[in-house]
Amino acid sequence: MHRKTVAELAAALRAGEVSSRELTEALLQRIEQLDPQLNSLITVTREQALAAAERADARLQAGDGGPLTGVPLVHKDIFCTAGVTTTCGSRMLAEFVAPYDATVVERLAAAGAVMLGKANMDEFAMGSSNETSYFGPVRNPWDLDAVPGGSSGGSAAAVAACLVPAATATDTGGSIRQPAALTGVCGLKPTYGRVSRYGMIAFASSLDQGGPIARTAEDLALLLGAMAGFDSRDSTSVDRVVPEYTEGLNRSIKGLRVGVPTQFFGPGLADDVRSRIEAALEVLAGEGAELHEVELPNMELALPAYYVIAPAEASSNLARYDGVRYGHRCAEPQGLEDLYKRTRAEGFGEEVKRRVLVGTYALSAGYYDAYYRKAQQIRRLVAEDFQRVLERVDVIAGPTSPTPAFNIGERVDDPVQMYLSDIYTLAVNLAGLPGLSIPAGFSRGRPVGLQLIGGYFEEARLLNVAHKYQQVTDWHRQVPEGFE
Amino acid sequence: MAIEAAEVKVIAHLARIGIEEEAVAGYARSLSEILGFVEQMSAVDTTGVEPLAHPLDATQRLRPDEVTEPDQRELYQAGAPAVEAGLYLVPRVVE
Repeated sequence: MHRKTVAELAAALRAGEVSSRELTEALLQRIEQLDPQLNSLITVTREQALAAAERADARLQAGDGGPLTGVPLVHKDIFCTAGVTTTCGSRMLAEFVAPYDATVVERLAAAGAVMLGKANMDEFAMGSSNETSYFGPVRNPWDLDAVPGGSSGGSAAAVAACLVPAATATDTGGSIRQPAALTGVCGLKPTYGRVSRYGMIAFASSLDQGGPIARTAEDLALLLGAMAGFDSRDSTSVDRVVPEYTEGLNRSIKGLRVGVPTQFFGPGLADDVRSRIEAALEVLAGEGAELHEVELPNMELALPAYYVIAPAEASSNLARYDGVRYGHRCAEPQGLEDLYKRTRAEGFGEEVKRRVLVGTYALSAGYYDAYYRKAQQIRRLVAEDFQRVLERVDVIAGPTSPTPAFNIGERVDDPVQMYLSDIYTLAVNLAGLPGLSIPAGFSRGRPVGLQLIGGYFEEARLLNVAHKYQQVTDWHRQVPEGFE
Repeated sequence: MAIEAAEVKVIAHLARIGIEEEAVAGYARSLSEILGFVEQMSAVDTTGVEPLAHPLDATQRLRPDEVTEPDQRELYQAGAPAVEAGLYLVPRVVE
């Protein structure tokens, strides 16, 4: 039962082959048994899950359930959950209980999905390996010595290990797609504004976007349909009709124009990843897609621009953690300044401090034009590159990450090396475009992900291409040893 | 772009993050490395390029100036480190 996809579970639940209660109990037991190896979850919400499962069963019996009714999932611990701890992977919020639900949590609960717990993540979503979490690193189910990627490492590892069929996640520079790639699952970062950010703890507000992680493109479509939509409580939410994402999944991709940027295949790309991605492109060509070489000339500037914009916005967003209104507070503060400084020194981990300091510097008097303004100008150049290419092709394809999963500890002392892990994903956030990653094979036993990027609000097309790929490949059906 | 120890202390003060004396050199090194890496932006001529703040170039949506939130002070203060009589407590600011 744990190997079934969301779509398969939806059918089984509606046919009465299994109840949500049985399914929930089975997965909770699986989590208890297997998660100690992975550390993918920070909190398991057993009681709430069983109660939600019973409500879902009642709905299913009354015949008013939707495709997610009774389906178990976990939320990345960046999404606020009323009455349940929301830590954001930080000591600062280790005991924070949110007074309300994030819109994403609310919408999935309304659809009848059953939350089993909160997924581990890099602290405040700052990281590419899930090693910055206050709650310890997550291990990759494909190789317990390897990282699962980050920042949504817990969400990705839990889905890869079949602890849950689906998870929510967030992506500021690749935090959905890169861990999905490194753990052999599917992850979709929607267009900026497609999914509400309300109740999703802010990292870099002009880049942050929530999305789903699951084992098939079809499941991503089901989840996105429930998560997406206008929300007046998020000032950047876009008021636009949510299409029926599952409808076009089977459309033929004959004649589809696929742009392959030369910049995605430059130095730094591991040979194994290159050959897997080239093979994946041939599969698309075999389905009738036309491959076109395209250029994104400002691509290499995306990384430096991102590492100014994201820390700058983070330094501003994280100013709210002051030890006064919620979260950690240092003991016996000697004055207000001491309260702030010691609270933040104790509450934040190294990578968060590093980024807040970089951001503070970039925004400080005299440096704003040289850093933040300059980075925003480059952001426009990067976005315009994509626009030019997307006038000529329907989707852009390439690797999600330049290497397969690296070992735990391998890059922790070298921030710039760690940042390179997101070189193919973060330009997409700068442009605000949708992107997804699907499994495309292995390199020495570690998964490789194919990234697809589309025009604004063209999630349905990405899901269609991904689904067609999954109809003729079975990489997405592989399950790591020990988790079958 | 080399960041000196003294600068690290100024930035840390601006960010209100306490940093131990022995950690200053480490931050100076990693900040220098990161800022050195982002320095490559300066080689690009961006004269006349409008900064992009929002990917869809959208502006803030306005709403009528009406009260929409109910008073939930007790709920919100339930997670505060120190409150008294509905107020957040902080160390004495004015002597």
